[in-house]
Amino acid sequence: MPIKHPNLKLTRLTDALPAWTGEIAPADLHEICQQVRDGGGRLVALWGSDARPRGFMLHVVLINETGMVCLNALLSAEQPVYPDLSRIFPAANRMQRAAYDLLGIYAQEGHDHRKWLRHGAWHSGSFPLRKDFDAAASLAHEPEDYPFVQVEGQGVHEVPVGPVHAGIIEPGHFRFSIIGERVLRLEEHLGYVHKGIEKRFESMTVQQGAKLAGRVSGDSTVAYAWAYAMAAESVAKVTPPSRALWMRALLLERERVANHLGDLGYLGNDVALAFGFAQFWILKEQVLRNNATLFGHRYLMDKIVPGGVTASLNVDGKHIIEQECDMLEKQVRILRGIYDEHAGLQDRFIITGTVEPKLAAQLGLCGLAGRASAQAWDARVQFACAPYDKLDVQMATYRNGDVAARAIVRFGELFESLRLQRDILANLVHEDAAPALIEKLPPNGFGIGMVEGWRGEVLVAIHTDAQGNLTRVHPHDPSWQNWPVLEHAVVNDIVPDFPLINKSFNLSYSGQDL
Amino acid sequence: MEKYQLLFAVLFQLAQLVLVVVFAPLLTGWVNQCQAWLQNRSGAGVLQPYRVLRKLFSKDAVIAHNASPLFRVTPYIVFGCMWLAAAIIPIIAVDLPFSMAADVIALVGVFAVARVFISLAAMDIGTAFGSMGARREMLVSFLAEPALLMVFFTASMISHSTQLPVIVDTLAHHQFVLYPSLAFAALAFLMVLLAENARIPVDNPSTHLELTMIHEAMILEYSARHLALIEWASSLKLFAYITIGIALFLPHGIAEVGNWAGLPLAIVALLLKLVLAGAALAVFEIVSAKLRIFRAPEFLATAFLLAVLGLLIHFLLGA
Repeated sequence: MPIKHPNLKLTRLTDALPAWTGEIAPADLHEICQQVRDGGGRLVALWGSDARPRGFMLHVVLINETGMVCLNALLSAEQPVYPDLSRIFPAANRMQRAAYDLLGIYAQEGHDHRKWLRHGAWHSGSFPLRKDFDAAASLAHEPEDYPFVQVEGQGVHEVPVGPVHAGIIEPGHFRFSIIGERVLRLEEHLGYVHKGIEKRFESMTVQQGAKLAGRVSGDSTVAYAWAYAMAAESVAKVTPPSRALWMRALLLERERVANHLGDLGYLGNDVALAFGFAQFWILKEQVLRNNATLFGHRYLMDKIVPGGVTASLNVDGKHIIEQECDMLEKQVRILRGIYDEHAGLQDRFIITGTVEPKLAAQLGLCGLAGRASAQAWDARVQFACAPYDKLDVQMATYRNGDVAARAIVRFGELFESLRLQRDILANLVHEDAAPALIEKLPPNGFGIGMVEGWRGEVLVAIHTDAQGNLTRVHPHDPSWQNWPVLEHAVVNDIVPDFPLINKSFNLSYSGQDL
Repeated sequence: MEKYQLLFAVLFQLAQLVLVVVFAPLLTGWVNQCQAWLQNRSGAGVLQPYRVLRKLFSKDAVIAHNASPLFRVTPYIVFGCMWLAAAIIPIIAVDLPFSMAADVIALVGVFAVARVFISLAAMDIGTAFGSMGARREMLVSFLAEPALLMVFFTASMISHSTQLPVIVDTLAHHQFVLYPSLAFAALAFLMVLLAENARIPVDNPSTHLELTMIHEAMILEYSARHLALIEWASSLKLFAYITIGIALFLPHGIAEVGNWAGLPLAIVALLLKLVLAGAALAVFEIVSAKLRIFRAPEFLATAFLLAVLGLLIHFLLGA
């Protein structure tokens, strides 16, 4: 059990993960969080749910080396307030603001209460995730005003960028305060692709929800679908057949390979080395085409469902993947050699967008970007769920925390994923037991799933009501933790290096805007 | 016979005027196509710049409410400057009527006029990107300009003239001599060409990252016919620079004064040189990454240094 506290009684959630849950008074939250923080733990997610007439619930997921705990704090229905956690975990700031925008639960004594996901799309008095909120009603717009933090001084000026960009990327607003070309401060304003995903889940069945979970952030569809399935399985207390688990790992590693290839190409493109871009994208395209041939979908959507998988693989398919792995291994080694020896490219990568390990630890940088700043967290290693417990995953870490480090970690993980795919294929047995799909969840259940997607840990939590319907589903993207760190990574770099730094993190807008 | 000579020359000048404006986008298309091949892509074909121009000319222009007349006239001025520059450079024959106007210092001035207008227009709208682009453009060009002048001076020293036709005639038709000073100048000129034409490693003409742009940031607010003229002007500028490079460093094959029979050979030689120069530019760009913006001054300082070295060598060796 990862946390001990006299007022906390923990119950184990699922066999798949070392995860516990327990109820706690809001007043004790501070002390427990501090205890976890002092022990080197991190905040993974924070969200709220409407449990009226009992009140509102605040859910906080913390992890340390031994496991993860979901703390549930009951807040009064009349005055739903809880102590501010952003002083202990800076990453909590935006999650708390989003929780207020969506549910109206309020972090007391917090230093930042600006709206986060709301923008002007609905009025400050209405909270979409409350059960008495009518999702079908059309909402009155409110004029948009967002007070950015001002930097003053001689020669300081602001450059607003986005949400509409010159290229076809997701929308996000970046407010630079610069002097000359040097960045003094960057402030992000996200939430432009808020789609009400969490509200939509409430009216879905468990299988429909799997489809939606796979679309929270399209580039991580496998990770989300698996995390959702794992959460549903932990509610239903079901263990999927081992073939399905091997299959899921295969798909997850293929997603990682495709995304890392794409990102490495983009990193080349952002320093105008279009050659690297073209080569890596030829390889990525090959992976996507093989996905389409073998599994019927280029990005592997809807292949993982609660209870099992809908994908199968025959001997010929195995052979195709093995050949693809060999080809990629050879090609990527050549390309890595070119990247490593290209003076112009390395000059742009090295010491650009540095996040020191200490800062990364303070801010809770996670996932791939975290591993590039010596934050050795990988859910496939620390909390190896089946089948990763049999796979001996080797974590790729680096210390420097610059763009070069994030490229190196991507290369390391790419090669490791190719190795893992071969291992998985060797273990993938041929019995094709019909998967027992979960059609109905037990009443008043709660489950959590966490999967190491290519970007970082993807968490999905599922709550069911007295009839066993989905009453609250919270998908949590690692981008929540990492977006704020990007603001620190660009400080003292120059404006033209921002796109490169941004791309080296490659965070999800859709995943955090929900 | 004398008056036919003059008629011929005028006709030829008019032909060059039309030909450069028609074929300049083809050179851009060729460079892009070479790059595509080098990236293992099939590419859009050498005619793509023409398709882009046709598309842009058939669109309606969108202009910011607070744009002043300067913003509207700038594309025409820039286009005019580049057209003029490309038309007066002796590329096939040296004794064309306009050629006498082709003084290298004046040429640098023509480029400067275009730059001033486009930078002012970029700041005219008041967007952050326009000003940012204009600022960076000025940073790059105020360093590139002296290097370019130094290159021209080296060539002028050899031929004792700042007139391009005289320089070309001296280098191409007097006895064949290798000028070590020109080798340095050529290297410096290549670097200036890359910087002034917004090519890699100083700028990236095909980027969509608005924060990294130099030239593109200045023209973000332009659309339709205005953008078409600016794109066309960019093609003309690249054409002008490459032909200046050819005129200064590879003039061999150009028709002599009064030698109209040498024209067909001169045209073939020019085409060959343009094809090779375009391909070489593509190769150079493909192997380079874009410099961090504060390395651009170092890059251009190197160009200046090389040009000065060329000049010194001319004084030391007299060649």
